[in-house]
Amino acid sequence: MKVLKYILTGILFGVVMSKSEAISWYRIQEMFRFQSFHMYGIIGTAVILGALAVFLIKKLKLRDLQGKLITFQPKEKGITRYLMGGTIFGLGWALVGACPGPLFVNLGQGYWSILIVIAGGLLGTYFYGVVRNRLPH
Amino acid sequence: MIEFISQPWPWYVSGAVIALVMVLLLFFGSSFGFSSNFRIICAACGAGKRVPFFKFDWKAQSWNLLFLVGTVLGGWLSQEFLQNGEVIQISTDTVQDLQKLGFAAPQGLQPQELFSLEALGSVQGFLLLLVGGLLIGFGTRYAGGCTSGHAISGLSNLQWPSLVAVIGFFIGGLVTTFLVFPLLFS
Repeated sequence: MKVLKYILTGILFGVVMSKSEAISWYRIQEMFRFQSFHMYGIIGTAVILGALAVFLIKKLKLRDLQGKLITFQPKEKGITRYLMGGTIFGLGWALVGACPGPLFVNLGQGYWSILIVIAGGLLGTYFYGVVRNRLPH
Repeated sequence: MIEFISQPWPWYVSGAVIALVMVLLLFFGSSFGFSSNFRIICAACGAGKRVPFFKFDWKAQSWNLLFLVGTVLGGWLSQEFLQNGEVIQISTDTVQDLQKLGFAAPQGLQPQELFSLEALGSVQGFLLLLVGGLLIGFGTRYAGGCTSGHAISGLSNLQWPSLVAVIGFFIGGLVTTFLVFPLLFS
């Protein structure tokens, strides 16, 4: 069950990203060109409903399945890392038309060349780990 | 039923299900953030022996790898059983803009010009995908999250750093779209 619930949630995510075409390079291009509401609608709905859920979870002090109070880790303060890192990620996001989750959904869809992007993602992450102490955060 | 869910899903259904996925993970005692998997995989491959950033108890986060396996399966299930063969309907403005860059009108979810094995066989095609991946991997870790961790989880929790990160996502995306693509594809 422990294993299954994560796999099933992942399947739900993979199916919804596929069926709403959010994994498509074309949809990401459309978003960055401000020529369609589709992606803004998806992210906007998710954030509004997500914010409502987080508010209720905090307000009602809801507990997780293990009975532990659900808590939220505040993000570390700062601007540099978020702006710099975010921009670097954005350059790649628009180029490939997929963020990390959709990369793996596309792999399931049979787009094998995505494996090169995933390999690049692992190398990029490793490279960050190597140089992180020399970067402004 | 199958026919019904095989149609493309509208944005509000998609947004609601993504919020549901985030909430489910919270109730499982986890948190939604996909790019952490890159770090977890590096750690699982032994990168912690050389680089301290990868020295952590990745097994405690192995649930995220199960989630990853699920996303691959979800993509496969959609492709195999939930297809109605309809061509993706993107804005005609986008189709025209992309045509100027040499991209044909959409056939599948991804353009052949970038993701076919022929494109992969060319030096430019291979480098484009590799560099795209490098930027994604490096950038998400530097920013401490991707679309799921910042745009969905972070913004839902009203975190200012996540808003800054999302602004960065867009700065980078616009630079690629309007400055890099015209150089690469014309």
